[in-house]
Parts: sequence; structure tokens; C-alpha cells
Amino acid sequence: MRRADILRFSRDAALGAPLRSALSVLAMAIGVAAVVVLTALGDGARRYVVSQFTALGSNLVIVLPGRSATGGFNPANVITTTPRDLTVDDAAALLAAPAVRRLAPLAVGTSEISFGGRLREVVVAGSTASLKDVRKYQLEPGSHFLPDDDAQRAAPVAVVGAKIRDEVFGTQPAIGQLIRLGDRRLRVIGILKASGQGMGMNTDELVVVPVALAQSLFNSNTLFRIMVEARSRDQIEAAKAQALEILKARHGGEEDVTVITQDAVLATFDKLLGALTAAVAGIAAISLLVAGILVMNVMLVAVSQRTAEIGLLKALGARGGSIRLAFLSEAAMISLAGAMAGYLLGQAGAFTLRALFPVFPAYPPGWAVAAALLTALATGLLFGLLPARRAAGLDPVQALMRH
Amino acid sequence: MALIELVGIERVFHLGDSVVRALDGIHLSIAAGEYVSIVGQSGSGKSTLLNMLGLLDRPDAGTYHLEGRDVTTLSPDEQAAVRSRRIGFVFQSFHLVPRLTAAENIALPLMLAGALPDERDARVQRALREFGLENRARHRPDELSGGQRQRVAIARATIMQPALLLADEPTGNLDRATGEEVIRLLEALNAGGVTLLLVTHDAALAGHARRQLVMEDGRLRHDSAAGGLQHESGGGSPAAPVSGGV
Ligand SMILES: Nc1ncnc2c1ncn2[C@@H]1O[C@H](COP(=O)(O)OP(=O)(O)OP(=O)(O)O)[C@@H](O)[C@H]1O
Ligand SMILES: [Mg+2]
Repeated sequence: MRRADILRFSRDAALGAPLRSALSVLAMAIGVAAVVVLTALGDGARRYVVSQFTALGSNLVIVLPGRSATGGFNPANVITTTPRDLTVDDAAALLAAPAVRRLAPLAVGTSEISFGGRLREVVVAGSTASLKDVRKYQLEPGSHFLPDDDAQRAAPVAVVGAKIRDEVFGTQPAIGQLIRLGDRRLRVIGILKASGQGMGMNTDELVVVPVALAQSLFNSNTLFRIMVEARSRDQIEAAKAQALEILKARHGGEEDVTVITQDAVLATFDKLLGALTAAVAGIAAISLLVAGILVMNVMLVAVSQRTAEIGLLKALGARGGSIRLAFLSEAAMISLAGAMAGYLLGQAGAFTLRALFPVFPAYPPGWAVAAALLTALATGLLFGLLPARRAAGLDPVQALMRH
Repeated sequence: MALIELVGIERVFHLGDSVVRALDGIHLSIAAGEYVSIVGQSGSGKSTLLNMLGLLDRPDAGTYHLEGRDVTTLSPDEQAAVRSRRIGFVFQSFHLVPRLTAAENIALPLMLAGALPDERDARVQRALREFGLENRARHRPDELSGGQRQRVAIARATIMQPALLLADEPTGNLDRATGEEVIRLLEALNAGGVTLLLVTHDAALAGHARRQLVMEDGRLRHDSAAGGLQHESGGGSPAAPVSGGV
């Protein structure tokens, strides 16, 4: 029997029992669609978290004063008492580390901003021009960021967050205006784009000024953090080690700082949510198994309903192998049709999710789609094997007696 | 050389405790081109004999030579090849595939044998013409009359130009006139050289055949070619002892 004939024969047989075939296709489609949609959800969550983290800046290494026992990210770090302060000179020294691309010192405090009689408490971040690149800040049109990287210069300028702009200036143009911050008069030179995202430090309510100005404003010369950007993802660990080494040397051989990498936190989340997606895919795959069992039963019904036909085919000279192949390809066709339908259904579902929640990147991962399609086909074939073998093994005389 | 040569064929069915000797020591020789009818009471083994001859069933004992070749020892695939090329079946209940058209049903043996579509179409067209089915080519079996269905079945049985045509009560589901028409068709095929074995309950139809076999309890009770009674069955006695086996 020629291959094209087997396929045509199987197709006609499947179409000859439309209800039965449609049911199997539907079951298979639901299984595949479940995998596609659920993994789109899981992977969407992972992408969302990862994108939130990378929005803070990529290849980031953060130096903070105080020593932590674990060396990893630990909320206790935040309240560790500081044996020796981090200074802008420490920050400048870190630039010597070969794995460091750039860095920005960060001094943080609160102050009062006032303009045109309006008064508001704000978080003030003192830094240098590099902060914009390290943290991937976006500016509104016509804006400038801090003018230079010289940590000693205290130019009387400020860059304000979008929400501060709205609340303090209202509809007036903010750029070029003179404001009062604490006891200083500063000119607004830029506005940070509204980020609208909740993770990390919210830039919408931030006022960024030169670090020297912030330190004199707070009357302190310590730094809150040094934000370091490694040259590449591979250099993150090197940057961390070099920063530690340099600061240890500068602090009289004492390791009194903590260096954390955003990468470590991110990797944990990434792994966690990746595992979650895989688990969800596994659970959804059970519906594929159920679909496979359904296909098997439907094919068994087909074999028993077509027993007389199988007997006839044998009488007409069909080999057992041809009959087995015909039933197998019928199962394969049903599975394939179900897998395709399920794929389209799942993509439509993911599309709907994305349309409803635009910030949520609900794209099914490629591996999940491939696995779903392959599993559908494999289960279809696997569960088609038994009915096909049963058909091929039928005794022709017995089969012909059945009507 | 005989087309069919059966020696000591036995076929035994076990049903629980009871043993049914459906074929009980059949010796039979049929030459190519013969027209043989087989009659006998229900359960006498006619269908079992035909299935054996058609390689759908294997004997428990004895040998079967078809065209000089021992076919009882062939593998299932080899037997399928012999069925495909040398044997045609016609059944009482037609056995057409309901979802296929008349033309597709006729083409089935060619398709199973792997014939190319062009050759297939040509031969099916010729068969449709020969059997007066040109206008029914695209009809499905449920759109055909009984006589037309059996003509489709006969066209299918002969499309591979077999040496042997086995018909098991081909008129059983047809009225008298249609049945006779089908018999004439089969006889015409026999006249064209095909060896025809016809199982029937109809004594008149059986009388058409040049050679008549009568079966009883798995044995050949009578063979007109042997000039009367067969073997030791016991001189015309109606109550031949055929219960246990020899
Ligand atoms: N698969 C089977 N299992 C058990 N017994 C069987 C089987 N097939 C046939 N028989 C028995 O073998 C005997 C011969 O059966 P067979 O079908 O050959 O008879 P037949 O002459 O064709 O009868 P009919 O004229 O009714 O068609 C019967 O007694 C039948 O019951
Ligand atoms: Mg019978």
C-alpha cells in the first residue's frame, strides 16, 4: 500500500466518523491549549519580575556599608551599624577595578522642597551624572541630568521625579524654575520620566542633586550606597571581588562593607518562577495524557465498529502492517489536528491575556509549545498503537462475520 | 496440474467442552477453469472450506496446494500477497465499505496492492463499464440496489484478475431475478477462464455448475465429478456415520 493511499484512507476514515474524531481533536486541543496558556501565564510572571529587576539597571553590583555574615542579600544589612563610613573617595577608588564599567555614589536623605508657596517633603538622592546610566533612568524631553561626574562639585541643580513635578509645579513648565530644597536654591534642569512601576526605589517622588550638595545638605559625608555597573554579566562576580578587595585595603584591611549583586536576587526569582512554569506545564500535560487515553478509546471503538471492514481488507490482500499503519496514521492525524487547534486556541488565549493586562508579557515559552505539540503527537501515537495492533491482529474470518 | 489440491484437510473448533469438526478429512482436487458448486445443510462446513481455500483460515491438519505451491506453510504476509493476486471473494452481505464510493470500493484491492493511481483509474473505469456501473461510480453503497452492490463486489473481486473466485451464497440477500442475474455474471467470468467456487442453498442454482459438491458434517458427501459417492461414506445411506472422525 502506497504511503499517500494510507494517508488518504486514514483521513477518509477519520472524516467518516466526524463526531468521534471531533471529540478526540477537542480533547487534544484542550490539553495543548492548557499547556500553552498556563505556561504563558507562568513565564509571563517570570518575565514581568525579571523586567522589573532589570529596569533598576543591568549588571548591577551594590556596595553598602557594614558587614553581613552571609555576604548575600539580607534585610539585616540595611540596619547594620557602620564601623567605617563609605565615602565619595571610596567610590572614586572603585573606578580602578578593571571589571567596573562605571559607578555612581548615592547619598540619601529627606528634605523639603518648596516652590511658589507649595511645600512638600521629598526623598533626596545625591549622586553623579553616571547614575542615569547605571540605573537606566529615562528623562522627559528637554531635560538634562546632573552635569558631571565630579563628586566634589556641588552645582546648584536638581532633577525631579514626575510626581514631584505634577504636585509642585502643576501645569507650569518645571525646567528652568528655581526651587528651594532645604536651605538651598536650586534650578530644575530635568524631569525623570514617570516609571509607574512599584519595584525598588520609586523615582516618581525622588529629587536627584549632585552628591556634594546632598552631603552638605544632610551635613554628613557618608554614602548610603555605591551603585556599580560591571562591564558585562560575566564580570559581575569579578567586579564584586575587586570592589571588596579595594575597599578592604582602603579600610585598613577590614572587610567592613557588604557587596550584593542584583544578579543573585534576580537569579533566585528567575529560577523560582521558571520552576513554577515547568510545574504548571507538567500539570497541564496531564490533560494531554487524558486526551491520549481518550484517543485510544475512540480508536478502540473505531476498530470494533470497523471490524467487518478490517476483515474485508484482509480478504482483499491487505497485510497486517498496512492495517496497523492505517490506524496509526488515523490516530496521528487526530492528534496533529488537535495539537494544531490547541496551539491556535492557546495562542488566542495568551493574546487575550496580553490584551487585558498589557503590562503582563503572557507569551508561551517556545520550549513549552514544542513540548506540548510533541507530547500531543507522541501520546496520540502511543495510545494509537494498541488499537492499531488490535486491528492488525484480528482474525479475518471472525472479523468478516461481524456486521 | 490442478489449481487446488486438498489432502486430508481438518479444521476443528473447540467450544467449551464440545469439539466441532467443521472440516473432517477433505480430499479435493479442482482444475483451473472449473465451475464448482457446493451445497449442504447449514453447519456442514461450506463456509469453513471456502475460507480455507481463500487462505483466511488455516487447517489443523492436511495440506493445501494452490497452483502447485504449498500455501499452508506461508507466512501471513505471504498469504496476504497470494490473496491479493490470485483469489477473489464475493460475500452474501456484499461487504462494501460504506464511506467509499462504488469506484473506490472497486479500487480497494489495487490500492492495497500499491498500484499507481493512473493504472488504478484506468482499470476501475474498465471494470465499471464491463459491469454496467458507469452511472453509479460516484454512488456510495447505501445509494445502490442490492444487485448493484453485488456487482460492485464482483467487480472488486475480479479487478486483480484472480485465478480463483470464491462466492459464499452471493445470492442470499437478493431476490430471485437479481440473484440469477448475478449468477449469470459469475458464469460469464468463469467462461472467461476464472475458476469459480459457488456455495449456495439453492439446488437449482447449484445445478448450473458442471461439477457439484455436497457437504455433510465437515465431509464431502458427494462429488459429481467422481461419478457419485465419495470415499467410504457408505453407499448412499442417508444416515452416514459422521460424528467422531476417522
Ligand atoms: N469460529 C468458530 N468457532 C466455533 N465453531 C465454528 C466457528 N466457525 C464455524 N464453526 C462451526 O463449524 C461448523 C461449520 O460452519 P460453517 O460456517 O462452515 O457452516 P456452513 O456450511 O457455511 O453453514 P451455513 O450454510 O449456515 O452458512 C458449524 O458447526 C459451525 O458452528
Ligand atoms: Mg456459511
